[in-house]
Amino acid sequence: MSTEMYKPGSYPNLPPPPGTVGFYGWIRNNLFSSISNTLLTIVSVVLVYYLIDGIIGWFFFDAVFDADSKIECRKINDGACWAVITRRVGQFVYGFYPEAERWRIDISFLTMFIAFAPLLYPDLPKRKWLLWFSGIFPFFAFILINGGFFGLAKIEYSLFGGFMLTVILGVTGIVCSLPIGILLALGRQSKLTVVRTLSICFIEFMRGVPLITLLFVASSMLNYFMPPGTNFSILVRVIIMFTFFSAAYIAEVIRGGIQAIPKGQYEAADALGMNYWQTTRFITLPQALKISIPGIMNTFIGLYKDTTLVVVIGLLDPLGIGRAALADTKWNGLSTETYLFVALFFFVSCFAMSRYSLWLENKLNTDHK
Amino acid sequence: MKTKILLAAATAGVMFAGSVLASTLDDVRARGKLNCIINTGLAGFAAPDDKGKWTGFDVDFCRAVAAATLGDADKVNYTTATGKTRFTKLAAGEGEILSRNTTWTFSRDVDLSQTFVGVSYYDGQGFMVPKALGVKSAKGLDGASVCIQTGTTTELNLAEFFAGNGMKYNPVPIETNAEAQELYKAGRCDVYTTDASGLYATMSSFDNPADHMVLPEIVSKEPLGPVVRHGDDQWADIVAWTLKAMMAGEELGITSANVKSLAGKDNKNKEINRLLGKDPLQGISKLGLSADWAVNIIGQVGNYEEVFEKNLGMSTPLKIARGMNQLYRDGGLFYIPPIK
Repeated sequence: MSTEMYKPGSYPNLPPPPGTVGFYGWIRNNLFSSISNTLLTIVSVVLVYYLIDGIIGWFFFDAVFDADSKIECRKINDGACWAVITRRVGQFVYGFYPEAERWRIDISFLTMFIAFAPLLYPDLPKRKWLLWFSGIFPFFAFILINGGFFGLAKIEYSLFGGFMLTVILGVTGIVCSLPIGILLALGRQSKLTVVRTLSICFIEFMRGVPLITLLFVASSMLNYFMPPGTNFSILVRVIIMFTFFSAAYIAEVIRGGIQAIPKGQYEAADALGMNYWQTTRFITLPQALKISIPGIMNTFIGLYKDTTLVVVIGLLDPLGIGRAALADTKWNGLSTETYLFVALFFFVSCFAMSRYSLWLENKLNTDHK
Repeated sequence: MKTKILLAAATAGVMFAGSVLASTLDDVRARGKLNCIINTGLAGFAAPDDKGKWTGFDVDFCRAVAAATLGDADKVNYTTATGKTRFTKLAAGEGEILSRNTTWTFSRDVDLSQTFVGVSYYDGQGFMVPKALGVKSAKGLDGASVCIQTGTTTELNLAEFFAGNGMKYNPVPIETNAEAQELYKAGRCDVYTTDASGLYATMSSFDNPADHMVLPEIVSKEPLGPVVRHGDDQWADIVAWTLKAMMAGEELGITSANVKSLAGKDNKNKEINRLLGKDPLQGISKLGLSADWAVNIIGQVGNYEEVFEKNLGMSTPLKIARGMNQLYRDGGLFYIPPIK
């Protein structure tokens, strides 16, 4: 081998010495490069093993998935007692909505995705037709969930609860607050004094008051101005408050987007002879909204999570249902399991929203930042 | 601006007045359901079971009123309220009864224009300690560290009790009951103090409840009971006598098991006859109730003892002793006016 001769410059690249690259190489260089490193690695591996063993064991292997009470759970095994969730999953999802009518919630929830698809994904085939459905979906869902029409039994709002309540509050709040927020943002930039003043007042008032105060106003104060027995559902009152509150934040986020657009854009629009609405529709908003996507999504996720605050006015959202479950003497004391389950639900929803906004940002990215 | 507010207030006032004229009983009968305001969840008093049905001591009282007025204990709509929203919900007419472990105080009764119709449960602030501490009486707690919820009346009661007995303590301030449980379990405080029923509920959530005990001293008065709006005395009487009928049931030995047979025959004790509608009870028609009102209450819900034992008593994880919540003849505080 060593006798082979090469012309200058044509010596072939030899493979690196064994044990310096690849899996083994990485391990040797990073984990066992010195005695102290080797010791640290061994200690860490042992620690991680015990940690994971404990956690996974608690979550799965030692966990009890079906039992009649916490005491039964503890008799079977000493891990997590998921029975509190499995026995009450219906309550966590639908609240106290009558069991025979729950199909109405299921259908509303599934069709919600069909209604949202054309709004969220502009490239969808047959989008025009689907958009019609998106338009009628709010009425469709209201009739289905609330009942009282077409022979559907009317369901009292006090039976609403669980994840269903979160989704109703969150989705309605999000969908309604975006258009209102855009109008407020434009209003605040308007040259018309009355419009501008009103917008500023509204935004500053809503942002200057804690959400919890608004919820108390919705649940208590409004009652004093209505005769007893008036059926202005507290759910509607709360949705209005959520919408206004998040609209004020959205307005400020979008105003930031509008102000980030270079002045040249407006001047160019003026030079082309565009009027205010044309400029807004074709120049200002498309750019401003694109810039504001992360901020808007931030507000939406915040709103979605803030729906848990309704527990202070006695509406039983998942957190409220969880606390009520813990008040049952059968399940008293299983707070870790309950709160973890509710946290998982919120994480999944919020993570999905966050991923969607990232996807949208990349899609709309025109790369002349 | 001022005139506008006045106008709105006046309108609201007129509307209130208008609604008070219609009797609450008629409203309930027309609706076919009783609206009852309950706790969002308190062990033993109000909690949904796995099927979503509300159960508990306060819930059973709602059921008793529904049984008396509508003849069916299941005809109740439950509305949940937190401590902060309960009174406005009642005032706004979202329910006819507030049955939510509410303490009867002067200002709540007078200032908030409500009627407390009676006491269904005598609670009071107590102390919970680990048995290992070896303390048998709250007088032996000198120098102990105490977990105490800040901003509550319990804080003041605690200070008064210790000062009154010439003892010292280290307060460990906490915000919520859940936080208190964790700190107490971790041994950060020797004693946890709150209402005795809350102590028993907390204790029942421990893995080894037998290792802890509630000391005998009760240092504050917390009479809990159902509340109705001012202005409809007929309704207040109905609710008040529903509670008394349950207690009378215990006193006269009427239970959900024997009420039907007792109602069907002529009893030696004429009070039983009057309560169960065998003999005429003067004024029951003024109350707007049928003669079998008490049969419905006791038959469908039970007498006071049954309701107490089912939700709070020794057979439940809470294991609350009757204590003050007994008839006067057993050493308790319930002394029912004669049914005649």
